[in-house]
Amino acid sequence: MKEQKWNELPEGVVVPEGGNSQGTYIVAGWRTFKPVVNSEKCINCMTCWIMCPDNAVQASGGKMLGFDYLACKGCGVCAEVCPVKAIDMVKEER
Amino acid sequence: MKVALETNQLMAFAMKQIEPHVVAAYPITPSTEVVQEFSQYVANGDVRTEFVAVESEHSAMSACLAASLAGARVMTATASQGLAFMWEMLHIASASRAPIVTIVANRALSAPINIHGDHSDAMGARDTGWIQLWAESAQEAYDNVIQAIRIGEDPRVRFPVLVNYDGFTTSHAVETVEVLEDEEVRKFIGSFPRPEVNFLNIEKPASFGVLALQDYYMEFKRAQAEAYKNVKPVVLEVAEAYAKLTGRKYGLIEEYKLEDADVVLVAMNSAAGTAKETVDKLRQAGKKVGVLKIRLFRPFPIEEVASALKGAKAVVVMDRAYTYGGPAGPLFCDIAAALTNVAQRPLLGNVVAGLGGRDITMEHVEHMFNLGYKALERGSFEPLVTWVGVRE
Amino acid sequence: MLEVRWHGRAGQGVKTAAYLLAEAAMDTGKYIQAFPEYGAERSGAPIAAFTRIDDNPIRIHYGIRNPDVVVVVDESLIGAMDVTAGLKNNGVLLINSAQDPSFYKSKLGDFQGRVATVDATKIALETIGRPIPNIPIMGALLKVTGVVSLDDLEPRLRHKFSAKFSQEVVEGNVKALRRGFEEVKVL
Repeated sequence: MKEQKWNELPEGVVVPEGGNSQGTYIVAGWRTFKPVVNSEKCINCMTCWIMCPDNAVQASGGKMLGFDYLACKGCGVCAEVCPVKAIDMVKEER
Repeated sequence: MKVALETNQLMAFAMKQIEPHVVAAYPITPSTEVVQEFSQYVANGDVRTEFVAVESEHSAMSACLAASLAGARVMTATASQGLAFMWEMLHIASASRAPIVTIVANRALSAPINIHGDHSDAMGARDTGWIQLWAESAQEAYDNVIQAIRIGEDPRVRFPVLVNYDGFTTSHAVETVEVLEDEEVRKFIGSFPRPEVNFLNIEKPASFGVLALQDYYMEFKRAQAEAYKNVKPVVLEVAEAYAKLTGRKYGLIEEYKLEDADVVLVAMNSAAGTAKETVDKLRQAGKKVGVLKIRLFRPFPIEEVASALKGAKAVVVMDRAYTYGGPAGPLFCDIAAALTNVAQRPLLGNVVAGLGGRDITMEHVEHMFNLGYKALERGSFEPLVTWVGVRE
Repeated sequence: MLEVRWHGRAGQGVKTAAYLLAEAAMDTGKYIQAFPEYGAERSGAPIAAFTRIDDNPIRIHYGIRNPDVVVVVDESLIGAMDVTAGLKNNGVLLINSAQDPSFYKSKLGDFQGRVATVDATKIALETIGRPIPNIPIMGALLKVTGVVSLDDLEPRLRHKFSAKFSQEVVEGNVKALRRGFEEVKVL
């Protein structure tokens, strides 16, 4: 990404577009372990969806669908908070 | 219309005329009545302002900041320890370009505990990035607060503004003051120019309070530092419009009998009036003296100050605060910096006076001018800093 | 410029009196300045207040050192502090006291000015039922100095007090003002 000069910045300390954790700022490369969900165990309680700091849990119609691996940095919070241990942190293979 | 109101009540009255969207405040002496009287206007339904009663000044400024970034016209009032307690939020407000107007009845800082007038509080805020206007009288305090709204909110500026006047000496004084009609104030300040990017505009989402480390912090701060260049012309434009409305003219500084002055005293707030009266008295005795009053203290009008003082032989700078452990008083350091590149520099000396509400009398001012004359005889101010009006 | 220095105790309406005089003078077209001087506010503590009245805008901003008039709202302050400090030699000393002015005049050495007394506390008790002597002594001040007429001050008094007090208290104060004006003794 090109680094901006001081006179190219927006006024005030704002980033003038929202939702930039998805698509613009890719943290996938930070992962050592990645979360994998076992849909048979999952009870769709959405705790992981609430707790994910990067909005990387994909959900629709009240169902937990899986992960956006471009947005996930592998922190493991989802696996930690899952009440039925439906998420495993699996070693990333590159 | 002429009114006789205590300056604090006058400030609350000005706030009523301005009718900001949000006021978040925690009252503190000597600006208590500003908040108290304004909250009565709110309770009586005279204004539609959302009044947020908070539990501290830190929270007051936090709430003001959030409201401002949400796109509201915001005001508050404080003093002394209260302004000090706002300190970290003051930096965030200016860097976030939140045009909050804060009324400050200047007061000493503890310890020892003291509730009276001096400039320690505002000097503590001088590097926070807030615009600072200073007032000699109740009239100037009223005029400044009306102008502060337009200055701070101007899209070329968008910085918060401190409106200063001396605690007790001015805050608790009743003076003859000419006020505008509500409608005139409303027209003069106009509607709030809400920036497109704000908390509540869901059409244009943005991230606020962002992190910028080694890679971006300096660029953000350079951009902020550069933006103050726009302030001076806007202050003058607003002053000109205000003069058209009221006949009362304001500049960045006020030069009082400087044309032929040998010894010049630099002063701010109420002592400037006492100094002018002393100048008239000394001029009758044939002494060529003058006063330079600073109205816009931040951003500091360095060129105007240099130009106003370059003809003087000796300049005495009066500080009503001190930089403990520093080289001299805070105003002195700014004046000295302003004269750095002047070829024929006048002799420069510093006096500290009026701390903690100690009166600054005409006798004190006369003594200050005499220090200037003594320096001219001797070729330098010795010592550089003299405390005036203290038991030695 | 006329400079009036008021001495009294917190709770006696000293600040109110200093402001009221200034406001009434402003109504007659004068420039004014009035302010109190106190430490931490507590009822009974000695306080001072200042009123300046002039034909021109007032630029000086500090406590009055050389008053034309000193008003002592609480007699017990005499002796406890130097209430006449800096009083101009041809000035006026007005004291809330049942004593005759000669009692004080004799103590003032070569003071050339006028000394006046009025029993403002008694008047206050009889007119408003509370020992707040500020308004009766104001009446006395108007009589002795003529700085503002009774007719100029009364509307300001009514205006100022109506915002805070009942009609009965307002009328009591108007009565107190007039009685102070009538009952002051001058030497």
